[in-house]
Amino acid sequence: MAEKKMRQIAIYGKGGIGKSTTTQNTVAGLASLGKKVMIIGCDPKADSTRLILHAKAQATVMDKVRELGTVEDLELEDVLKVGYGDVKCVESGGPEPGVGCAGRGVITAINFLEEEGAYTEDLDFVFYDVLGDVVCGGFAMPIRENKAQEIYIVVSGEMMAMYAANNICKGIVKYASSGSVRLGGLICNSRNTDREADLIEALAKRLGTQMIHFVPRDNQVQRAELRRMTVIEYSPEHKQATEYRELARKIAENKLFVVPTPLEMEELEDLLMEFGIMEVDDEENVGKAENA
Amino acid sequence: MSEKIIPGITTERTEKLIAQTLAEMPEKARKKRQPHVGANEPEASVCAVKSNRKTVPGVMSARGCAYAGAKGVVWGPIRDMVHVSHGPVGCGYYSWGTRRNLVQGVPGVTSFAMDFTSDFQEKDIVYGGDKKLEQLLREADALFPLNHGLSVLSECPVGLIGDDINAVTKKMEQELGKIVVPCNCEGFRGVSQSLGHHISNDSIRDFVIGKRSFDAPATPYDVALIGDYNIGGDVWAAKPILEEMGLNVRATWTGDGAIEEIAATHQVKLNLIHCYRSMNYMCKVMEEKWGIPWVEYNFFGPTKIAESLRKIAALFDADIQAKAEAVIAKYTPMAQAVIDEYRPRLEGKTAMLFVGGLRPRHTVGAYEDLGIQITGTGYEFAHQDDYDRTAPEMAKGTLIYDDVSEFEFERYVEELKPDLVGSGIKEKYVFQKAGIPFRQMHSWDYSGPYHGYEGFRIFARDIDMAINSPTWKLIKSPF
Repeated sequence: MAEKKMRQIAIYGKGGIGKSTTTQNTVAGLASLGKKVMIIGCDPKADSTRLILHAKAQATVMDKVRELGTVEDLELEDVLKVGYGDVKCVESGGPEPGVGCAGRGVITAINFLEEEGAYTEDLDFVFYDVLGDVVCGGFAMPIRENKAQEIYIVVSGEMMAMYAANNICKGIVKYASSGSVRLGGLICNSRNTDREADLIEALAKRLGTQMIHFVPRDNQVQRAELRRMTVIEYSPEHKQATEYRELARKIAENKLFVVPTPLEMEELEDLLMEFGIMEVDDEENVGKAENA
Repeated sequence: MSEKIIPGITTERTEKLIAQTLAEMPEKARKKRQPHVGANEPEASVCAVKSNRKTVPGVMSARGCAYAGAKGVVWGPIRDMVHVSHGPVGCGYYSWGTRRNLVQGVPGVTSFAMDFTSDFQEKDIVYGGDKKLEQLLREADALFPLNHGLSVLSECPVGLIGDDINAVTKKMEQELGKIVVPCNCEGFRGVSQSLGHHISNDSIRDFVIGKRSFDAPATPYDVALIGDYNIGGDVWAAKPILEEMGLNVRATWTGDGAIEEIAATHQVKLNLIHCYRSMNYMCKVMEEKWGIPWVEYNFFGPTKIAESLRKIAALFDADIQAKAEAVIAKYTPMAQAVIDEYRPRLEGKTAMLFVGGLRPRHTVGAYEDLGIQITGTGYEFAHQDDYDRTAPEMAKGTLIYDDVSEFEFERYVEELKPDLVGSGIKEKYVFQKAGIPFRQMHSWDYSGPYHGYEGFRIFARDIDMAINSPTWKLIKSPF
């Protein structure tokens, strides 16, 4: 039997871009293709597994640690749940905003999973769904040495989403130079902005990567979410389910892994102007109020 | 004052020694170390040696951290408080009574020299430790209801995760009706323990001073003893001398201290400060806010003690001045007997010092009383004003080193061949193994007190015991 290698994948992207929804639908797609997958939610909000588990909120690693007192008292089955398509689900959890250290929560949780043998050999994929802003070392934990080797960035044609994607690429460069993490591509989660696919294709090209898939906007996603389900499970025949299966297939077959080449701020703005996202204005008008 | 001269010690020799020693360092390190070492100029009003800078990476330094300065130096010695080391257990445990700051009282009843810690676990980092701290303070107060206050000393992680200990102490002060003090002394702040002293002084300023009044009626002779931490019982050797000359010592900061007396110190007439480095901040605050003057004094060795008693007495009336003279007259024969016994065995010996923020200059006189000359001295964490005060105490051309590295210190000692090295636990075995007598001058090497007339007798005995021990003659060099 050829040795099967587990692929670990981290999903990053601007807050609110749809990382958790995209991740869970993609994972459900992979599961429907017969793949064994684990999702690790790395966000104190702990909403990375609800569509797979049909649960409001999963008991998180840090919740259980708080309840039991120490990490040492915690058992894997306390926090690892199995949902749709035999997908294993874990949420790192963490504090409410404004107290403690959410980043440390991610580190604690991942260390715990490694020590307890959550990364079993039968797994084909491990997905890390990471908080939008990589504000400190804790949120870079999933892409440290010997963890995720692949990163996908969820992006849309909106300006701030693209800024964020470019910034995340800067972070990847840092970790790529000290480890083996590579960018696998941009996932465009469409917001129906003008020439969106072309724009993201162009951005991907500048970054040295690919737009691995364009996920069109469809309210079927929201309808499925009302029942805490992925589209794949809620309506497997729907065209949106086909889109996610397609994304899953592309990720499974992806061979293009690069160290990205982040853009300078000016280059990025030029690109946005080229696509009409940013208005071109005379340099002499910079800083002038509307009625000045 | 006649200029001090030590045979064989010249500016040229010292400068050559410095150059040779630093030449062995990489260029970057040498450049950084250079300004921190120099040959003494007693006449210079500003000491040329630079200080209070970040330690050069790669060298072995003896420095501590801000938390060490706060817990170990300022707060730890206060006897009637519960001191909480807030964070993981190690910082609290290893700062527990290690400075030998003695206290009177019954443990758990009137003194609380125990190790209280919030013993942080992963969950406390991730979810924050404020709630745990609140519960801890409540429980500690219930278990030890006779405490007069509680202090919270932040360890590094508390600052990293941004816990608001000030909000907790504010709430608990109201709930418990006692002084509850926050001290944001995270170890990573500043370049040495010195910032921990400053932060602690600021905590006293913001959360302690002015909150209480003395029970006893005020007199013109009310003073406070500032910057004596009762190492090996120093306060107990110093305070009676001041009382004998007619002063009322209302509070001791912080050796064997009582928090409510410290909180009432704004009512004294004069502050007497021994360790300038760790407590000058609060002396200045009390001077600015309440107009209380302060005066530095030195209780090491009979010469400096007599000088200090006269300096202090000069700030009071003729009655106090007469009593001060009587005190000096009473104890001088006792001190002379000590000198008569030990000086013949110590005359002409030399010593090198490297201690914290006071003793590298304040103990010089005591050694000289015994006929010992100091050929080199330096501080772990002193500032410019400490070095300016050091220059006149030291002979011309003597070696002054700031935050000295182990490498340099060994080289300097090899060249100057002192008969004694007085430094800390980190240096002790390096020099003893080299066959050089050594005394630990942070904690008085399990001895003390060294302050006052009583202390001088013990100091002289210890120094003689170290230098003239027959042990050293039995050691054969393998080389």
